Amino acid sequence: MIYQRRTKDQLAARVARDIPDGAVVNLGIGQPTLVANHIASSREVLLHSENGMLGMGPAPHSGEEDYDLINAGKQPVTLLPGGSYFAHADSFAMIRGRHIDICVLGAFQVSVTGDLANWHAGDTNAIPAVGGAMDLAVGAKQTWVMMDLLTRQGNSKVVPVCTYPLTGVSCVKRIYSDLATLECTPGGLRLVDLVDGLTHAELERLVGLPVMPPPRSPAGP
Amino acid sequence: MLNKVAASVGDALAGVEDAATVMIGGFGTAGIPVELIEGLIAQGARDLTVVNNNAGNGDTGLAALLAAGRVRKIVCSFPRQADSHVFDDLYRSGRIELELVPQGTLAERIRAAGAGIGAFYTPTGHGTELAKGKETRLIDGRQYVLEYPIHGDLALIKAERGDRWGNLTYRKTARNFGPVMAMACRRTVASVHEIVDLGGLDPEAIVTPAIFVSQIVKVERRATQAGGFKQ
Repeated sequence: MIYQRRTKDQLAARVARDIPDGAVVNLGIGQPTLVANHIASSREVLLHSENGMLGMGPAPHSGEEDYDLINAGKQPVTLLPGGSYFAHADSFAMIRGRHIDICVLGAFQVSVTGDLANWHAGDTNAIPAVGGAMDLAVGAKQTWVMMDLLTRQGNSKVVPVCTYPLTGVSCVKRIYSDLATLECTPGGLRLVDLVDGLTHAELERLVGLPVMPPPRSPAGP
Repeated sequence: MLNKVAASVGDALAGVEDAATVMIGGFGTAGIPVELIEGLIAQGARDLTVVNNNAGNGDTGLAALLAAGRVRKIVCSFPRQADSHVFDDLYRSGRIELELVPQGTLAERIRAAGAGIGAFYTPTGHGTELAKGKETRLIDGRQYVLEYPIHGDLALIKAERGDRWGNLTYRKTARNFGPVMAMACRRTVASVHEIVDLGGLDPEAIVTPAIFVSQIVKVERRATQAGGFKQ
């Protein structure tokens, strides 16, 4: 059967669907930033930016950029009414102190038990840069990863054990990917959902790992 | 009379010694005290250790200090950016030392120095390369890494408004590392765009109290330039 990958926007919308009203959320740089565009207007979500802002708003109109008001990716943003600014020590107290409900990060690899590798692809010539990833990975109440399930070469980015340098140990709760949503548990991967047309067996073949079925919902069909 | 207002950037930065540890506020280009860095270049101190979140954007500010060959070592969380070519070249040719620190650990190590804390345990980085060789401890079922404070000789901070006692307010996300760095150094020089009379800053809104500031100097406002991402 033919299956279709989620586009980047569809994936962002899938992540946004699971963010509850009233949540405090930190969106990592790159792809996770897109999630902000898909949060339903019926939900009020407080966006935290590691560089010292709570209540972050959308990008400014062209010509109104103020580079004293930027997000973690250093792009110009706005502040919503009710938003606040604070210094770095306070910002990371919010992160480490378990005050952020959800952070969404990109990843190079995630292990079945939720180890995360997203700061260094292991190339010894690369200039290393970690930013706030290690703090976010272990500090948020829930860490979600948003990524393609497979590399361009077709290898699974969900692995038994990460081969790239780790960002955090047993910290990822959920993996939102272009093909499936998965949960990392101490007992291994558990399926949350699949894109239309992809079977559970085909998913297991693609990742090369056993995936437990979703828990049977008592009211479900 | 207590008057911390310096007549010029040059006056404010007199006597910076070679091999000093200099903390420079800023995240990307927001909060980078460009005029103070230009003053430090003119002052001439070399063999510096610089603490900043990044490692310079484009060719101005911190990048200009690096390009002038004044920096022996940089302590930061995120050196590699779209426009960090000055640092990239120095690093690849082995002409600068890098200590990479997770961003929250960087902020807390600086805060610890300012707060008189001897060391602290943080969960950040446990089990990663950046915690290699560091003491760890299991506390209440969770693993933590022991981290030590970073003390500085000089902090260069970009603030918005100040008074002659040295009280400071900031502007938007340009605040970032300013308040903790001001606490952590033997000497803190802040640039401001406006100097107001005592009482002119709302005491409920002062972000950095005067005690953490050694000198302030007024500089003209220049629009903060974009930096740190591909445009």
